[in-house]
Amino acid sequence: MSAHGHVEGQLPHEPEKATLEGRNKILGFWIFLGAEVVLFGTLFSAFIALRHQVLDGPHASELFELPTVFAATMILLTSSLMSVFAVQAMHKNQVKSMIWWLVLTVLLGLSFLVLEIVEFNTYVSEGHRMNTSAFSSSFYTLVGFHGGHVLFGVLWISLLIAQIFKKGLTVVTAPKIYLSAIYWHFIDVVWVFIFTVVYLMGKVG
Amino acid sequence: MATQAAHASHAHAHAHTVKRYKGLMDWLTTVDHKKIGILYLLAGFIFFIVGGLEAILIRIQLMKPMNDFVAADTFNELITMHGTTMIFLAAMPMLFALMNAVVPLQIGARDVAFPFLNALGFWTFFFGGVLLNISWFVGEVPDAGWTSYVPLAGPTFNGTHGVDYYVIGLQIAGIGTLLGGINFMATIINMRAPGMSFMRMPMFTWAIFVTSILIVFAFPALTVGLVALMFDRLFQANFFETGSGGNTVLWEHVFWIFGHPEVYILILPAFGVISEVVSTFSRKRLFGYSSMVFALVLIAFLGFMVWAHHMFTTGLGPVANALFSIATMLIAVPTGVKIFNWLFTLWGGSIKFTTASLFAIGFIPTFVLGGVTGVMLASAPADYQYHDTYFVVAHFHYVIVGGLILGIFAGLHYWWPKMFGRMLNEGLGKLTFWTFFIGFHLTFFVQHFLGLLGMPRRVWTYLPNQGFDTMNLISSIGAFLMGIGTIVFVINVIVTWAKPRNAEADAWEDGRSLEWSIPSPPPEYNFKQLPLVRGSDAWWKEKREGKTEMTPAEPLGPIHMPSPSILPFIMSVGLFVAGFGFMYHIYWLAGLGILITFACMFLRSVFDDHGFHIDPEEEVHA
Repeated sequence: MSAHGHVEGQLPHEPEKATLEGRNKILGFWIFLGAEVVLFGTLFSAFIALRHQVLDGPHASELFELPTVFAATMILLTSSLMSVFAVQAMHKNQVKSMIWWLVLTVLLGLSFLVLEIVEFNTYVSEGHRMNTSAFSSSFYTLVGFHGGHVLFGVLWISLLIAQIFKKGLTVVTAPKIYLSAIYWHFIDVVWVFIFTVVYLMGKVG
Repeated sequence: MATQAAHASHAHAHAHTVKRYKGLMDWLTTVDHKKIGILYLLAGFIFFIVGGLEAILIRIQLMKPMNDFVAADTFNELITMHGTTMIFLAAMPMLFALMNAVVPLQIGARDVAFPFLNALGFWTFFFGGVLLNISWFVGEVPDAGWTSYVPLAGPTFNGTHGVDYYVIGLQIAGIGTLLGGINFMATIINMRAPGMSFMRMPMFTWAIFVTSILIVFAFPALTVGLVALMFDRLFQANFFETGSGGNTVLWEHVFWIFGHPEVYILILPAFGVISEVVSTFSRKRLFGYSSMVFALVLIAFLGFMVWAHHMFTTGLGPVANALFSIATMLIAVPTGVKIFNWLFTLWGGSIKFTTASLFAIGFIPTFVLGGVTGVMLASAPADYQYHDTYFVVAHFHYVIVGGLILGIFAGLHYWWPKMFGRMLNEGLGKLTFWTFFIGFHLTFFVQHFLGLLGMPRRVWTYLPNQGFDTMNLISSIGAFLMGIGTIVFVINVIVTWAKPRNAEADAWEDGRSLEWSIPSPPPEYNFKQLPLVRGSDAWWKEKREGKTEMTPAEPLGPIHMPSPSILPFIMSVGLFVAGFGFMYHIYWLAGLGILITFACMFLRSVFDDHGFHIDPEEEVHA
């Protein structure tokens, strides 16, 4: 596939699907997300199997502070919305506003990460460490895997913003933006499940 | 597809010059699916020899009662590494070799959807396998069995680094497998030539498609299992530490939710090979094509529903055991459909007994035997008797060696001319078949009876006069015969190599699918012009109408190719280095390894690959 699919600065309507490479990437990425579903599904299963094994450590209902977690949830959901706007701007070929939406996406993602680090720090100081109990191990692994995905997404989208500045919106960069948006929504959906299964169910016992 | 052709022609003006490598660097940087297939074959076969030598050592130890040829702890290491190596580092890579070599050709594509990822998949598999086997040189070898059941594999009972090598080696190799699965799913969905509808795809391509789906949905479960075990071992997590609230049965579930689909990941490609070989050498179209496809999909679906039949004696209770028992027996139905379809394909055909077709025909009754013992094992009450005996060992070697390995040998002999441009020697090939086939049955047939007599699996030695002595000796003799068969194959390869290329495009004259319509070995771009597919058995159809080549679906023009890259190799080295860092708690080294990998990802993202163009017309005239 040629890297120069656009003629005289004119991008096709859906630039991410204009080339076979772009279409391959989108399909391949959806398949990858299928694999990620299994990955997180297995982590959730392990957590559900082990979540009552707290030993001497604090129980979920004593540990979790719902207001902070709720704030983190809203931040991540909003971040996901920002990436929707970014893709819409891309489809309208408004590169500048697309960049702004992406910057907002990253900033909100970063705030989520900061809240999560603060949260983990508090838990550790309350005696809830990786090696405390089976509950703590599976908690940190599941939520930590999600946090790792958020961190990766933040780095990735930041790199893409830099690339857009350098290369502009082309049929090569457009699929990347589109994929990062799908990825970001996926991370968001996983968090909705974490919020429900880990935090809300943890509160009610 | 039409846009691809259009782009290829107008992109000619933008031709970029790309550095092309020769010799070793060519192999380290290649993104060509045909070369990656050869790399998979070479690496997989070397690991096959390693795993085979381990098997021979196991059989020497068990040749006579109260033997002390190897020490008891070495024996545990041997059985662990034999199983792990054979499944993850020998069988799967050799399947990946065939799918890389053949699938893009069968669907009329110039390459896979993600050539770079394809190379990355190979190198992560390779370095994962190397890491696992370095354990032999360090002297701390995995010894908890290929299933690494906890608590035996946990830090409490396994204090050395042995199981760390298992956990991290398989983790790295597993990344490669997952990438391969994603790649081939996307390739088969998106890259088919014009006219190649799903229901016109050759059966091998169908098998690989379904296998790829299984890989994508099974391997992440193993990833999580290995992560949990790794955290338990390296960071004092408590997933499987019962003293701290962990649960050992959780490992069994996670391992087998991956592990049972894995069995079908191994056997479905063999089914695909057998379908191709049987049909070609019977010179008939495959009997019951659509029922074959349906059976593949049904086996894959049921394959995810039966994992707990590995855990009948764990104590899940009668309801769970009954359900998993029934689900397991159900798989016999689609498998039976396939067996009968092969028989009906052979029926009335004018059969050519080449080496490939001998392996395929030998496969059918052998696999039926493995299937029958499978249904026996599926009966939960009876399984309490068979569990952990040599009956189980006999069963899974019948399906894996008698199924998969015979399938791989059939596929190798069949597609060798396409991969290398040389016909393997038929005399030596038939010698390989008979020694390997007879050796196989000699080794494993008696093991059914050893198991029924009560010989437990994984024992280092046994007392004399329990009725085990003679059958163990027979079994060991058979193992040597299989070893001889493998050596004959290697000799065949070397002898063939010494001769000039002699393979025709349609090497067996009866080829049915697209790979036989192009030269052996194919040019770098596979198809000068993408072919137009006008029916199932596309090439056969054209031949029957007197044509000597496929109808082209695009005009002749320059062909866009992806650039070679060393990044996949370096990325895998990064993971390899990081693995050692984690294992020995040298965190700066782990950080460095991860950094190398991420730096490569950064470079790959920042620098666009413009590729280069080949003009087939110029090549012809040059």
